[in-house]
Formats: sequence, C-alpha cells, structure tokens
Amino acid sequence: MTTNGWEPVVGLEIHVHLKTRTKMFCRCELAYGAPENSRTCPVCLAHPGTLPVPNRAAIEATIKLGLALGCRIAPRALFHRKHYFYPDLPKGYQISQYDVPLCSDGRFAVPAPGGDREIEIVRAHLEEDAAKTVHVGGESGRIGGAAHSNVDFNRGGTPLVEIVTRPDLHSPEDARAFLQLLRQTIVELGISDAEMEKGTLRADANISVRRAGERALRTRTELKNMNSFSFIARGIEAEVARQVAVWESGGEVTQQTFDYDAATGKLRPHRTKEEAEDYRYLPEPDLVPVEPPAELVERLRAEVPELPSSRVRLLMDAHGRSYESALFIGRLPFADLFREMIKAGWHADDAEHALMNTFSAIDVRPELENLAELYRVYAVRHELPRPVVIEATSASSRAGFSAEPYLAQRAVADLSELDPVIDRILAANEPQVAQYRAGKEGLLGFFVGQVMRETQGKASPQVVNERLREKLKS
Amino acid sequence: MIDTLRLTGEEAMGLVERREISGAELHRAYLDAIDERDGELHAYLRTVDESEGDGVPIAIKDVITTKGVETTAGSRILEGYVPLFDATVTTRCKDAGLPILGKTNTDEFAMGSSTENSAFGPTRNPWDPRRVPGGSGGGSAAAVAAGLAPWALGSDTGGSVKQPAALTGTVGLRPTYGTVSRYGVVAFASSLDQVGPVTKTVRDCALLYRILAGRDPCDSTTVDLPEPVQIPEAEDLRGLRVGVPREMNEAEGIEPGVADAVARAIELCAELGAEVGECELPRSVEYGLPCYYLVAPAEASSNLARYDGVRYGFRAGGATLRELQERTRDAGFGDEPKRRIMLGTYALSAGYYEAFYGQAQKVRTVIAREHAAAFERFDVLVSPTSPTVAFELGARTANPLAMYLSDLLTIPSCMAGLPGLSIPCGLSEGLPVGLQLIGAQFAENTLFRAGHALERALGFDYVPPRLALAA
Repeated sequence: MTTNGWEPVVGLEIHVHLKTRTKMFCRCELAYGAPENSRTCPVCLAHPGTLPVPNRAAIEATIKLGLALGCRIAPRALFHRKHYFYPDLPKGYQISQYDVPLCSDGRFAVPAPGGDREIEIVRAHLEEDAAKTVHVGGESGRIGGAAHSNVDFNRGGTPLVEIVTRPDLHSPEDARAFLQLLRQTIVELGISDAEMEKGTLRADANISVRRAGERALRTRTELKNMNSFSFIARGIEAEVARQVAVWESGGEVTQQTFDYDAATGKLRPHRTKEEAEDYRYLPEPDLVPVEPPAELVERLRAEVPELPSSRVRLLMDAHGRSYESALFIGRLPFADLFREMIKAGWHADDAEHALMNTFSAIDVRPELENLAELYRVYAVRHELPRPVVIEATSASSRAGFSAEPYLAQRAVADLSELDPVIDRILAANEPQVAQYRAGKEGLLGFFVGQVMRETQGKASPQVVNERLREKLKS
Repeated sequence: MIDTLRLTGEEAMGLVERREISGAELHRAYLDAIDERDGELHAYLRTVDESEGDGVPIAIKDVITTKGVETTAGSRILEGYVPLFDATVTTRCKDAGLPILGKTNTDEFAMGSSTENSAFGPTRNPWDPRRVPGGSGGGSAAAVAAGLAPWALGSDTGGSVKQPAALTGTVGLRPTYGTVSRYGVVAFASSLDQVGPVTKTVRDCALLYRILAGRDPCDSTTVDLPEPVQIPEAEDLRGLRVGVPREMNEAEGIEPGVADAVARAIELCAELGAEVGECELPRSVEYGLPCYYLVAPAEASSNLARYDGVRYGFRAGGATLRELQERTRDAGFGDEPKRRIMLGTYALSAGYYEAFYGQAQKVRTVIAREHAAAFERFDVLVSPTSPTVAFELGARTANPLAMYLSDLLTIPSCMAGLPGLSIPCGLSEGLPVGLQLIGAQFAENTLFRAGHALERALGFDYVPPRLALAA
C-alpha cells in the first residue's frame, strides 16, 4: 500500500502466553481469574536461594510453534537474564533469551489473491511474563496520579513466547491478515488460547514509512497496547498518517513509543523512562543450555498438524473465497465440512453462506447430502427463513430425514401478506420514518428487524428490504 | 560429660547409635558450650533451642535457608526474613537425622574473607580472639574449631569454606561444582557457589559430603555423582601422584611459616608412598583472581537485584517506588555488597560486557584447561590454602585489595569448578596452617583418601590450646 507515494514499513512483535499446566520456572498452576496472589510460591516470588527449573512442556510448545513458522531450531539455546527494576519483576531480572533463541530464521506465508505474502520471522523465543501491576486511584489505571500500586504475582512467571517479524508488512491490512492467520495457527497447534481480550496474545508494532522505491529504512516508532486486530490496523494507519505528515511538512520522525487509544482513535506518547535502558544481559547461570535432541524435534515436527495457511490458500485459489471468508471457513472443523459440501455438489457461495450463517449456530454435524437443495433455496434464492434452515440442518442427520417439510415452509414473499405488516410497522414508527426520509438511511435495518419479528422470521428478508425501500421513498 | 571440643561427628554418631547419649542431650551439650564460649567468639547468629530429631546436630551457615528459622545471609536487608522452605542441603541433613543446631555468622552475602563484613558483628578466631577466623564462613569454621558444633555447613564461592578452615585448624571441602544443590542457598555468584562441609576430620567431611551430594530436581545445574562417596580408610598414599604447582607454592605473600608447614606436608606425601612432582599453573594464578573479581561481582549484581524492599525483609520508607527501592538498598546493604554491585553492574553494562564479563568467562576456560592438563599427570595438586595464618581484626578492612588477596590460592580451582579440600598441616606462630588439596572434577574420593592419610600421619591436634587449657 502506498499513500501519496509513501510506503508503510511495519514489523510486529507478538507475545503469546503458552497454555501449559504450570508456570515457566516453578510448579505454580496457571489459572486466569484466580484470586490475586493465590498462584505463587517462593520461586516466582524470588525468595532468596530459589532457582528456576524450566518447564519442559513450554519448551516443546515453543519448538512446535517454531516448526510451524518454518524456523531453525537451535541445537543449543541459551537463557539470559534481562535486568530492570520494577515491582512486577521480583528477581530484578526477567529470564528471557538473547543471542541464541530457541527458534530463528523462519518464514510465514500469508495467502493473498496475487500470491502468498512471505513474512520473515526473525526469531521466536521463550521467556517468563512479568506480574501484573494494578495502579489504584489514578486516572484510567495508569501510574500517573495513582495513589498506590498493587502487584498480582499470579501472572508472573507465565511462559511467554515472543515472535519477532522482519519489517515485511506494508499496510495495516497486511498486518491484520498476518496476525489473524498467525493466531489461527497458534490456536490449532493447541499451545495457547491466543485471545487478545484476555491478554494471552499481545502485539506491538514497529512502524516507519519511506518514499515508494526507497530502500533504506527511516526512523521507526513503536506502537503498544492494542487489544484487538482492528485496533492494531487502525493504530498503524493513524501512525503511518502521522509520520507521513511529519515528513511532508519538512519535519523528522523521532524514535518514540505510542499507545493507541481505541476510544479516541488517538496516539498517546507512551510513559517515557527516566534514563536509557541497559538490560545488562547475562547468560543465566542457574540454567543449563537447552539442547533439544534431534529425535524430539522430529517427534514434534510430526505432531504439527496441517496448518490453516494451506487450507486458506486452497479456499482462495480453488474456490474463489476472499481471505476473510477463507480464514473463517478454513478453521477446523469447518474446512472439512466445506470440502464435503463441495463434493456433495454445493456451489461454493452456498457452502460459504451456509457455514457462515447457519452451521456456526448448531452443534451437531449436518448430513450434507440431505441439505443441498434446501441450502440452494435458502442461500441462493433467499426463499427459506433462516430459523427453518437451522432447524433442518440440526435434524439432517436423523434417520428418515426429509427436506420436503422444511422446503414447504418457504419464506413469505407474497406482498399481499407482507404489505399489511409493513404498513403497520411504518405507521407505528413515524418519527423513524421521518428520520429515514431526512437521510438517515441506516434505519432501514431497524424496519427490516421489526417486520422479521412480526412475521416470526418467516418473511423473506430480500423482499422485505426491497418493499420497505420502495414504500419509504414515496 | 561430653567433650565437645574433641568429639567428632563420626564419634557422636556412634554414641547416639549405641544409645550412650540421646540426640537431645547432645544438642543440649552444644548449646551449653555455645552459652559458655560464643559470647566471645560470635560464631552463631542464632541457635535452635529444641532439637528437631534424634541425631547429631549440625550448624548451618546463615546463607542457607532453614524453614521457620530466620535466615539473613549476614545482611540487614534480610533481617527478620523467615524462609518458608528448607534449602535442599538443609532437607538432606534433616532427612539424614541431623537436626539444626543454629545459624552461623558470615560475611554479608558471603562476600569477604574475614567475617568482618557481617552486618551483625565479626566472628573471632578460637585460636586467638584478636584474630579473624577467615571468611566468609568464619562462623561455621569457628563453631567447629571451638567445639560449638560437631560439624557444619559452609558455602564456597572463591574460598569461603577452604580459607576459614585453614585459619581455624578445621577441615573444609569445596565440592565439584554441580554435585551439591544450590537450591535454597542465598545466591552470591551462581556459577561459583557451592555448599561444603566444615568438620574436624576428613572422615567427617566425607560422611557429610555423602549426605549432601547428588542431583537435585530443584537445581538444574546439579548432576549425579559418577561413583559413590567412599569414607577413607587407607593410611598410605601409594600410587597417588601429587603435583606441586610452582606458582601456587612460591607466590609472593606466602608467609615463611606457612611455606615451611606446607613443604613438610609435601615431604610427608612422599614418605607415605606418593609420587611427588612439580607442575605449573601460570595463567590460573596470574588471571584467576582478577577474573574472579569480574565474574563474581557481575553475577552478584544480578542476584542481589531482588532485594528491593517490596516483598520481604527490610524496607525503608519512601514516597515513590524508586525512592523506596533506593533507600532500602542504601540502608540495607553494607559497603562490600555495594562495592561488588557497582563493580558487577559496570562489568555487565552495554559496551563493557565483552571486555569484562565475556573476557573473564573465556579466561575461565583457559584456567580449566590448564588444570585439566595438570590432572593428566597428577591426581592431586597441593599448595597452601591461604598465604597467611589468621590475621588480626581490622588489619585488612581498610584495604579491599589486600583482603581479596587472601583468596589468591583458593580462587583458581574454584574458577575451574574443581573440588578442593583444606586440612590443617601444622602451626605457624602458634596458628593453624591449611594445606589445600585440589582434585580433578568429581575426584572427591581421591581428596578424601589423600587428606585422611595425611591427617593421620600429621597428627594435628585440632583443639585450640587456649580452649583446651580453659577446659
């Protein structure tokens, strides 16, 4: 993407909480929402004399992720201590990885209409998360103006994988597409919930812009604390626009960190540290190097399932799906279902419509052969009400199922039945009608909803839509 | 009446096994001795008044955590800290039927060579109370030498077990790195710290080492012993090849009386049937000490970062977090930890790491190789443990470099991760002289064998004469 001749250059740092039973270096159980400081022990509270013992499951999960990202697995990886003073860091250092991470030099392909976008993965390393500091009494939970701060050590020591990409992303949409597919990959590997709302997946973006055709990278800024994929895309967009404006007005972008405030859509400079950070990395003397045996790596490689990227690619290339729908349908077990539907003679559009609108609403496995005609009527001709289709879908695997009775419940498209209802609704909502006519056309959905409710979902939404538009025009 | 001045751990075990005395009576006898003599010596920071078992009690250096018993590491910053758990070595002692007698004094965070750096006052040498007992484990060594404990645990980073043993006429073992768990040992320099026994005899030392050693799932750096610990019996040294590293026996600053006592012990080795030959460790001796003073402070600066007043121990007030942390660390740490935190922080700083810590680690490899080459020709290397006998309190406190030189001879093998045993080999000016025996990795059994045979032949009386007279 280029705007006014400017190309965004974006790299991402993604943090993923691993879904292990216990913490990274002690035996405390991981539990979200457990009472504060109830999942702690002398080790994760950094009592004198305690030592870390690495969590084997976390190391294996990281290797698995590395393999899925096409990384090289280090035959001898090291843990380092990264030092800084903060109350959420009880040892005064975080055990992380520095010059020899477990996974490095990978690449992750994001299917795109014109061919895959290759994103290089610089590294994926394993570390422990910090505890959570809760600032009490200040504005919006920030440290500035807080009366005091509490520390909840439950999160402290959670295994955390940090994935770093090269600045290979060139638009907010690319960044979002990459993150969505990465998240899906992580979820299917079974190593993390990777939920941004819960904080089990966090992403920071490094952003710069350059003139189209320019090779060198310009000064970059960092964008932190964005808790949804949309906010990440919007944050990047806002920062790119800011940087372009700075360069174009003859200014210079300086290295700094921003928080993106989703509520206002504004960028806010991140709390600046008083002095330059020097983490004084030290090879962790309490741990021996991690030397995953070749057999283990091979076993883990065999455990890596088919990745969503290949399904997404197939759905896009062979079935003409958009990236967004391919991503949705590409999820297990939908992807299997989609394949069966195509085999059963469905049109890809019908299949997609079915999966996105109805199959996701039921929890039994539908018998596809029995539903092909029904879905054609519903999804292509819009002549069946959605509740009927959902009911039929749920029942499709029962013995002796017949689509006939459901097909008989065609959506009401007869205007002699619909007009009285529509007129009644319009008469009862005069103010809205006036607003609509004054230009607030978004209200159409409101009227459609009323009609559908009145007809218990049996009206054909397409017909209702058209009819309402006509009547409201006059 | 039990003569705690003379009673060894092994003898005490015999008395308990034969039911000639109960563990509780033994415990009481040592507490009585502590009441009588520790006012002058200050070997203990605190005692455990009720025996938690029926075996031979043991004194534990205060850098080793003991559940329910305050553990300060000799520092104000940990004053009042009561651990929730036992160190693995504490557990092993308890499981072997060795209840805790008390916690012994130490230089703050084991940083020192005289025990004068303890925040709770110095320990004095039972042979001459005007003198230091060595350090950092001066408390454990003085307790064993003065009959205030049958045996004790110390910890050794660059000589904190061996050097106090030498200065108090006791036996001290620094084991091969990785054979004894560090879990629950207040960390000073993680890549060097090892717990070791302080005893009256080499056999006691082997008995304790057998209890302590072995892999611990809580300490990733531990390993299983390649062979079981043997309690030494033999009284000769036939077939043993004893190497005398020239630089370690002719180093500047070795007192003539110390050199004489060690030379006699080396002659004795030959008389007992050992093959004695000269060897060289030039780089180990030249670079050992300076490298140690980069590696140890660097790791210490990291290990001591956790003492911030937030979660436990001493806390100074402060209006902001930064102020609380700074004031806690300023008031909580003594001068020596502060000195080493500063040295270490500098050595790890961006732009200096490669030149200092990185380079020192490379030199460590050189030192290890130089030792390994010597062990192709010899089974044991011998030298004085300390260049001098016990010095007077205050003699070196004003000059940290002079104090650091106390460990000139103990440090090189520590840097190589090798085991070292110090046994008393005679007197100089009426004060004990320590003989250091260095072994190859995991060669503790060889050290025990050599130390035991020498001990028998030397016939050193470990009871300080002034205490024997008083008794």
